[in-house]
Amino acid sequence: MPYLSGKETVKELRRALSNPNIQSDPLRYRNTVLKVIRAMSQGVDVSDLFSEMVKACATVDVVQKKLVYVFLCCYAHLNPELSLLVVNTLRKDCLDPNPMVRSLALRSMTNLRLPSLVEYVEQPLTAGLRDRAACVRRVAVLGWAKLHNLQPGSEIDGAVVNELYSLLRDPDPIVMVNCLRALEEVLKDEGGVVINKPITHHLLNRLKECDTWGQSEVLRVLQRYQPQSEDELFDILSLLDSFLVSPHPPVMAATLSLFLSLCSGLPAVSQAALERVRGPLLAACGSGSREMRFTALCHIQLLLRSIPGLLGEHYKRFFCSYAEPAYIKRRKMQVLVELVNDENVIMILDELKGYCTDVNTDTAQAAISAIGRIGRSYSDKCLEILTGLLGLKQDQITSAVVQTIRDLVWACPQCSDAVSSALEGCEEVLQDSQGRQALLWLLGAYGERISSAPYTLETFIDGVRSETSMELKMELLTSTMRLFLCRPAETQDMLGRLLHYCIEEERDMCVRGQALLYYRLLQREIEETRNVLQVRRSDPSMGVLIGRPPEPISQWVSSFNTLEPLQRCSVEVESTSRGSPEHLASIPKPNADLPDNLDCRKLEMVHLGSDGTAQRLGGPAGLPAPGAEPSVTLSLSPPVTPDEFERLWMQRRASHTEQESADEGANGTWIEDTIRCGAVPHCSPQSLHAAMQLVNIQTLAFTPTHTLPWKVFLYTHTLRADTSCSTLVLGELLYAGELNPKRSAEGEMEGNEQTQATAAGDKEIKVTLWQQPHDVSALRVFLSVLTTVLHTLSSEVA
Amino acid sequence: MMISQLFILSSKGDHLIYKDYRGEAGSDVIDVFYEKVTALTGDQPPVVMSHKDLHFVHIRQGGLYWVATTTADSSPFSIIEFLNRLSGLVKDYCGSLSEKAVQMNFALIYELLDEVLDYGYVQMTSSDVLKNFIQSEAVSSKPFSLFDLSNVGLFGAETQQNKVAPSSAATRPIQSSRDPGGKSEIFVDVIEKMSVVIGSNGVLMKADIEGEVRVKCYMPSCSEMRIGLNEEFSVGKSQLRGYGAAVRVDECSFHQSVQLDEFHSHRILRLCPSQGEHAVMQYRLSDELPSAPPFRLFPSVERDSAGRLLMYLKLRCDLPPKSTAINLSASIPVPRGAVSLSQELSSPDQSAELQLQNRTVFWKIPRFCGGTQLSALFKLDVPGLSSASMLEVGPVGLSFELPKWTGTGLQIRFLRLSPIHPGPSQRWVRYVTHSDSYIIRI
Repeated sequence: MPYLSGKETVKELRRALSNPNIQSDPLRYRNTVLKVIRAMSQGVDVSDLFSEMVKACATVDVVQKKLVYVFLCCYAHLNPELSLLVVNTLRKDCLDPNPMVRSLALRSMTNLRLPSLVEYVEQPLTAGLRDRAACVRRVAVLGWAKLHNLQPGSEIDGAVVNELYSLLRDPDPIVMVNCLRALEEVLKDEGGVVINKPITHHLLNRLKECDTWGQSEVLRVLQRYQPQSEDELFDILSLLDSFLVSPHPPVMAATLSLFLSLCSGLPAVSQAALERVRGPLLAACGSGSREMRFTALCHIQLLLRSIPGLLGEHYKRFFCSYAEPAYIKRRKMQVLVELVNDENVIMILDELKGYCTDVNTDTAQAAISAIGRIGRSYSDKCLEILTGLLGLKQDQITSAVVQTIRDLVWACPQCSDAVSSALEGCEEVLQDSQGRQALLWLLGAYGERISSAPYTLETFIDGVRSETSMELKMELLTSTMRLFLCRPAETQDMLGRLLHYCIEEERDMCVRGQALLYYRLLQREIEETRNVLQVRRSDPSMGVLIGRPPEPISQWVSSFNTLEPLQRCSVEVESTSRGSPEHLASIPKPNADLPDNLDCRKLEMVHLGSDGTAQRLGGPAGLPAPGAEPSVTLSLSPPVTPDEFERLWMQRRASHTEQESADEGANGTWIEDTIRCGAVPHCSPQSLHAAMQLVNIQTLAFTPTHTLPWKVFLYTHTLRADTSCSTLVLGELLYAGELNPKRSAEGEMEGNEQTQATAAGDKEIKVTLWQQPHDVSALRVFLSVLTTVLHTLSSEVA
Repeated sequence: MMISQLFILSSKGDHLIYKDYRGEAGSDVIDVFYEKVTALTGDQPPVVMSHKDLHFVHIRQGGLYWVATTTADSSPFSIIEFLNRLSGLVKDYCGSLSEKAVQMNFALIYELLDEVLDYGYVQMTSSDVLKNFIQSEAVSSKPFSLFDLSNVGLFGAETQQNKVAPSSAATRPIQSSRDPGGKSEIFVDVIEKMSVVIGSNGVLMKADIEGEVRVKCYMPSCSEMRIGLNEEFSVGKSQLRGYGAAVRVDECSFHQSVQLDEFHSHRILRLCPSQGEHAVMQYRLSDELPSAPPFRLFPSVERDSAGRLLMYLKLRCDLPPKSTAINLSASIPVPRGAVSLSQELSSPDQSAELQLQNRTVFWKIPRFCGGTQLSALFKLDVPGLSSASMLEVGPVGLSFELPKWTGTGLQIRFLRLSPIHPGPSQRWVRYVTHSDSYIIRI
């Protein structure tokens, strides 16, 4: 067939459809209709043929009828008037002696999706509910749901709902399940179908008759049921037990969900259920379909959060097979990291070691960082492998290893000795800036133990002119400064050259600014410099993370058997792709390890929402328990340039003041707040900047120290770990001086504890924040981080 | 589970099939999906992707994208299982799964989609029930010929001692058995997948076998079928039967249509097979093989005086002498920077090539008899070869097919249909073991 453009195809088809010779020959007529559908599914717009196709549906040929209905359902909304003609034919078909034709007609009628035709459809649908043939009833039941969704605001016909409830007792299981589905949709506003005791027991008793799809549907709906007594609960559980080990993953997953929701108060039973599904889940991990394998792996990761030891002995099931795609291998390695124990660690490390030289670089990197994670508990063995890999002198492998070592040392500072000796010579192999940055950080942090550190830095400094990465240059500045502090004699000369280059010749303002900062720091006292540049060699909160305690099942049960676990990007391995670990430090948990004097909860947050009423965001009482706090991290990417910041800030500010009660949705939310703290306005902008960077808040502009009003502009992104929603937060800190005596007097009267603090020179810093999209809990975390930083700074300065 | 739309795309992104069940999103999301799926980077899992409120869940089968969209938070297990079942149905009805087969049978596929889902809810997926509703005839992309013997991998078993079932016999649409001239046949395949890891010291580190008994039925009206397994077949560790060498598996599960009343006493599965293809039994054996692993490798890797990398590989096939492995391919990762390969192979039908972009040498052996040994000497020019880069050699991955052989020793003793089907009917039993992942460390 020659290639025809869309228009010509349609013309050709129309000629054929209206040709009486073709119409009289059933086979040729059907073939012409076929061509129309083929064009349609290839994306050609064939809606102009509607009237010809309407004629073609008056036929005895069922295949042709089906084809025409596919067409009509697709284009009916464009031709409501002509569709009326179709309805007549369809209504006639609804009386056909052949049940298949009746169900086909009824289904097509409800699929036309034309609100104007509803009145013609209701009568055949009512008749359909009482049809002799089950296949017609199946269609009719769902037809009511379609009809209801066509007219969203309309009244629900009580008689229909009653009829649907009574059809739950239909002998055909598919009709029963369809009734559940239809009632769920029709009664959506009332919370779905009523699940009471008789209905529950009826559904449970008929569960065995349903096919697997019906079973998972019924099990899902039953999650809303609350058994009235413990006896009833255990009766239900024992009835469901055989479904828990079903070879069909959808049934197994739905049953487990139901089990966990029924037994939320019985941890021992939940635990037993999780152990029972181990077999079927492992079988799904070995399924022939790689997508099913992936789904099972993601859900196993959820289970392991509560029972880390669940699969320890089955670790071999998670060895990667040769031809698996990289995304499955990556998940398997993440699972393997969780399964490590004293017995299997050697085997697992041996297996992971084999993947480190994989042809696929993604897989190789994932394996290397998995070894790094295991290294937090078994550091000697892992470091041996990692340093062995450095011997390969492959740029990508070396880069991944150096980054992994950096993260490992950050988590377990005790490994640093072994690392120091291994790093020599790496700089010749490393090509990418990520890896070199990691190396520089290590040289800065452990420079006094690495004898060749100054020479390594010198090669970097000699090549700085041809360097393009801004981050690398900044890292180089910091590392050289740090090395200078511990080995001044060897480093002084090259530091001078580096600073000279960065201040005089460098064109990137960030690098230049940082060089100037260091230069001025050096002009002051050396002790002060040391304070600013002091290396944080590890994160004190990491110690807690290593022997991670099992989470309660309730933490993840809501996302079990949903799409969420599959969408979540790699949970733990993100660190390889970012900057130094200092910038990665996770946000201090509100209650966990903050000393008392940093208590950040003495804040008064006033939420000026769209309704204009002041609403307390969180005082000491308003903060939820730490367990319920969503884990929110801050990040600096994507970066916001100062220009962009200014534009957003001014524009939003203007629109905000113009219409006080603007809608929050599109424009984001404004929040004002005050933080009491000491001498922050007196501390240097550099240390403020550095401190903010430590927690991933970027400061964009300052007023100089000791000027009034003192202002800082900053931004960050919050990222929630559970929903991976991110928001952009722009902020301004303002200290206007002792201009508001009334306010501070009020503060003094508020409580005894605060009086003392205020007397010690507390200042009120006004914080104005703009967040988009609105997310109160993420903002709360941000505010508590900000407060902590400010408190820390002011205590340092004081 | 609510599926909003369903579409099938070719690997190049051509729209093959599109069906909108709930009218919640336009057809423009097809292109959105294709853009997203082709733009993924290596560390982003592709299976579920989101666009505004719409989630795309897709699988790859037969080189096609099978995509379901959903707005509600549905069960991923259900959607993926459904998509797999759908591709299975299309394969049953069209005979094979390919872009061409889908294009030629789109009318039939639309018919299927109409019956399988209504308003996004799964209605029925059993080919027995569906066959009453599907009216279109399948169009085969290749005319079916009994004399097409291009693949020698599949052999008939004791029911048809001397005849060989052609591989294409089982790739035909199920509906063709409706024609009076169509043959009524039934195939019972025992398919096992092996995954093995052998350590550098020759120790077997991992050995798993996953197997299944698949029934492909082309009988227009099916009678009851009884499949007899080895009598000494045992499940679990403690249970041993009979006096012969036990055929043991760790776990075993059956299709819901299988009646097990005779299984415990006589190891007989009773079922009424539905048309099309089904796995009636799945089993798994972990960490233990009843016989030696089929292949062993004796490598020696060294650097010669001219700075070349020498790899001398001896590969031994430990299958019984009557068995043969076919289409064996060994992939040997070599150090980065390898530029050229020279080879000495022990027989002329073997071949080897160096693929630079994968830095891998592929050694292909079309036939390999049990109890024999082959060897190969590869010389690689690797500029700047250091002793450390020798560590990059390996592990060796083998892929192969072992016809007429099962790793667990599972056999079908007999296959009986009752009552005896009138007219000509043929029963075939076939065994094959594939390598899922067979890795030998160096």
